[in-house]
Amino acid sequence: MEPNLFKYIWRYSRREQIGILLLVAISLPFYFISLSVPKDIVNTGIIGQGYAGPGDTQSFLAFDLPLSETLFGAPITLFEGFQLEQESMLLGLSFTFLALVIVNGLFKFQINTAKGRLGERMLRRLRFELADRLLRFRILSLRKMKGAEVATMVKDEVEPLGGFIGDAFVTPAFLGGQALTAMAFIMVQSLWLGLIAGAIVLVQALLIPKLRKRILVLGRQRQLTARALAGRISELLDGATEVHANDATHWERAEISNRLGLIFGIRFEIFQRKFFVKFLNNFLSQLTPFIFYALGGILALRGSLDIGALVAVIAAYKDLPGPVRDLINWEQQRNDVQIKYEQVIEQFQPGEIIEPEMQDPEADDGQPLSGAIVFSSVSLADDSDNNLIEGVTLNLPLDSATAVVGDSGSGKEYLPQLIVGLLPAGGGTLTLGGRDVGKLPEAVIGRRLGYADNDSYLFPSSVRENLLYGVKHRPLREADYDEEAKKEWDAARAEAGRSANSLYDINADWIDYEALGVTNEEELRAHLLRAVALVGFEDDVYRYGLYGAIDPEERPQVAEGVLQARAALAKRLEAEGFTDLVARFDRDSYNMNATLAENLLFGTPTKPDYAPDALGGNRLVIGILDDMGLTGKLQEMGLKIAEFTVEIFADLPPGHPFFDQFSFITADDLPDYEAIVGRAEKDDVSSLNEADRTLLLGLPFRYVEARHRLDLVDAAFAAKVVEARQTLAKTIEDKDPGAVAFYDLESYNGVASLLDNVLFGRLVYGRAEAQETLERIIGEVLSELDLREAVLAAGLDYQVGIGGNRLSATQRQKTALARALVKRPDLLVINEATAVMDGATRSRIVERVLEARRQEEEGRRGIFWTLERATLAQHFDQVVVMKNGRVAEVGGFEELNKDGTALAGLLSSD
Amino acid sequence: MGVEEEVKVLKRIPLFANIDAAKLKLMAFASERLSFTPGQYLCKQGDVGDAAYIIIDGEADVVLESEEGNLTVASVGQNDIVGEIAILIDVPRTASIVATSEVVALKVTKELFFRMVTDFPEMSVEIMRVLAHRLEAANARLRRQAS
Repeated sequence: MEPNLFKYIWRYSRREQIGILLLVAISLPFYFISLSVPKDIVNTGIIGQGYAGPGDTQSFLAFDLPLSETLFGAPITLFEGFQLEQESMLLGLSFTFLALVIVNGLFKFQINTAKGRLGERMLRRLRFELADRLLRFRILSLRKMKGAEVATMVKDEVEPLGGFIGDAFVTPAFLGGQALTAMAFIMVQSLWLGLIAGAIVLVQALLIPKLRKRILVLGRQRQLTARALAGRISELLDGATEVHANDATHWERAEISNRLGLIFGIRFEIFQRKFFVKFLNNFLSQLTPFIFYALGGILALRGSLDIGALVAVIAAYKDLPGPVRDLINWEQQRNDVQIKYEQVIEQFQPGEIIEPEMQDPEADDGQPLSGAIVFSSVSLADDSDNNLIEGVTLNLPLDSATAVVGDSGSGKEYLPQLIVGLLPAGGGTLTLGGRDVGKLPEAVIGRRLGYADNDSYLFPSSVRENLLYGVKHRPLREADYDEEAKKEWDAARAEAGRSANSLYDINADWIDYEALGVTNEEELRAHLLRAVALVGFEDDVYRYGLYGAIDPEERPQVAEGVLQARAALAKRLEAEGFTDLVARFDRDSYNMNATLAENLLFGTPTKPDYAPDALGGNRLVIGILDDMGLTGKLQEMGLKIAEFTVEIFADLPPGHPFFDQFSFITADDLPDYEAIVGRAEKDDVSSLNEADRTLLLGLPFRYVEARHRLDLVDAAFAAKVVEARQTLAKTIEDKDPGAVAFYDLESYNGVASLLDNVLFGRLVYGRAEAQETLERIIGEVLSELDLREAVLAAGLDYQVGIGGNRLSATQRQKTALARALVKRPDLLVINEATAVMDGATRSRIVERVLEARRQEEEGRRGIFWTLERATLAQHFDQVVVMKNGRVAEVGGFEELNKDGTALAGLLSSD
Repeated sequence: MGVEEEVKVLKRIPLFANIDAAKLKLMAFASERLSFTPGQYLCKQGDVGDAAYIIIDGEADVVLESEEGNLTVASVGQNDIVGEIAILIDVPRTASIVATSEVVALKVTKELFFRMVTDFPEMSVEIMRVLAHRLEAANARLRRQAS
């Protein structure tokens, strides 16, 4: 990248910079005219200079050719102007002034907009360029960088550049012009005084930057320390487990404090120096007038200088310090951003960078790799030149299944990384189908090979998006835009082009259907689900689907099917004698297995103020309860719950797990309720004040009679709640429509989960094996109605969380494996990607994947799998046994499995 | 039947006779009350044990399952505690317990059980007593078989 910021700016924004300069130049005459108009208004318009008396006229807006008097001896008048009387003249001049104000304002607006746009474009270009370079770094270089620090660089450190770039050329040109004009004027008036003024400006211009040198050094340190701080802060998050498990919070506090102290010291020194420079600068600026007054005064007294000229010099000098000071400030800012720029660029200049042609999206010819994987004395060393592997020579058919086994120091984990080009071979050559891996473009590696290892990263989106991550290489079909959206995208694309950003549309369809062997969305889904099933992830995905919601508008057939399943389930439960396992929702009766909140709303809340915990403060709901005379009863329930909770939890220390699991009241709030219980006389809520009763009112909404068994819901209360439910439903529909999705036997509830929609009720508490039985029957019903795939499809929309943290480690590995399989690669490269799974799961997956790959079409059957356990290798076509970084044995499993072989050794220690 | 009544039942069980009512309430509240129909398993031999059961009502058989056939070794009923061995020592269930009538039981999870035992030492003494009785009964049976 260009190390000099100015050259960088000039190279990419030359035309726009010149355009802005021109715009400024054009605006200047208007600006100067606007300065002289007020004088004319006063002199001609108000005082009436040049008017002989009432009725006299002068010409308004007369316009001579500029400089014509000097050039031709007589003014050449281009426009005679209008003859106006004094009052009209005053108005005319005033309106001229108003017009100029508007014109100047518009110029300023235009110039600032142009500068802003230019700055933002350059900022965008720079940020994109940095991100682009990150995408072109070798993995090894990336491993040495701290994520948080890089993020600060791209986000914060280049930000000030955007503001500066617009002023990079305009400001010095403009201010320099002003300063030079003022200097020239002084020189004309008095050469000597001009020279003195010039000398002092020169001292300023030379001395001040010198003093600022140290400030620049400090500025650089400030940036580096701040960046390191960002890195440390992210370490506090990454290492949270260790920090807490080792009681290291105080050490960390001291460490951070120490850093902040350093930063404080640097920043404070900058302030001190900055203000000293400012002081000096101001002093020098004021020194000149002193000389003018003293020296010029003496000269004037002695008669060698005309007083008029002295006054003119002093007046002209007023215009000099401003621009000079601004210029010096600009210079300071320039140095600042230049340093920031250099500091960032420096970090983005690694030894080796992937050339753009290696990432050409069209570099893959679509031909499958064929032939062999050939290692010819390949070696690899770590940073300190220790050999990780050496002299590895192998010749393995691409289209068969190879297992690599070895103990932990064998170097077996490097072979897959070498094959997919993540690590460049240190010595020797490695070819795939006769093509050198080091020279294979990413388009070939990324499409023809599928790779998964034991810490594969999942992106924070759905399971589906993660599975498809390996088949989105470039946009293949334009997005489905209407005319307006198309125009918008065209404009966005053109703008992206101006900053040399990517021209690809993120909203286009990037999925390479052809490579997957599918033609439409349904086949694609089936393809994804096959991969999911293959790695044993299907049951989990099914569960995600059951507990996930679908949008009935988007998937009307599924919603329709679920309604059928709802009816079918009821019939089925009856037929099998399990009706008592589910308490169905019934508009006319209280559901003992549902919460009080659910019984009141008889639906799923869509707004947070209708959630169970919020109901106590929901005016609309409480209003209805008041009208129905239920509030008092609920407060009584609250009091009983509070009494009970206080009694059984009183002795438990706060933070006891039971609070989370069982309590209606958190440990922190318990003392408050204890006090309320103490204040209440004989279970009578009326003895309590308003605030206490409000607190109690919030308690019973999560209460489930069948589960909590406190005997709080009797028939009379239940009837009242059912009555309130009807009124509440009407009121909500009137006053807050859509706040609650009501249960309705005949319609799909888009807010509730698929499972809830099928069940249309609550599982009954206290029946042994209820859940298992119900899950089995629901599973059967859904399969019979061909809904299993729809549930699985809904499960694919499950969000995996940041880095996949909503999945278990096993599930993450399964997803990563499925992602590699979805691609249908020519060669599947797996690097101990089943490390966290138990032995049975692992061998099941290995067997199934091998079987599935054998069924694949020719050219897509290759497997290169580094295994955790040697026994798993028995299913493979050939086995490579690694030992101490070298190949110990190669051959068929049976062939090698003899006494005394390295493989036998590994097998016995398994 | 609510928690209050369950506590009354628990009070009648020797194991809990000496324990403060508030603690029993906590235990009852934190436990799931389950009902079993005749033939349903409270626990299955060989499974991982995650809970013990306190039978509040009904009868169940303790069955040793083997390839030769099932052997009913004991009957349990109201106020008995069953399934505690597998949660005391991490072994699979040593026997199956099958309901022979409608059974209502409190399911005490492993976690809750250990909490109660650690918090209330008198409970562990009671448990030891129960186990010692079982051991003695088993020994007696062995002696009978040997003679």
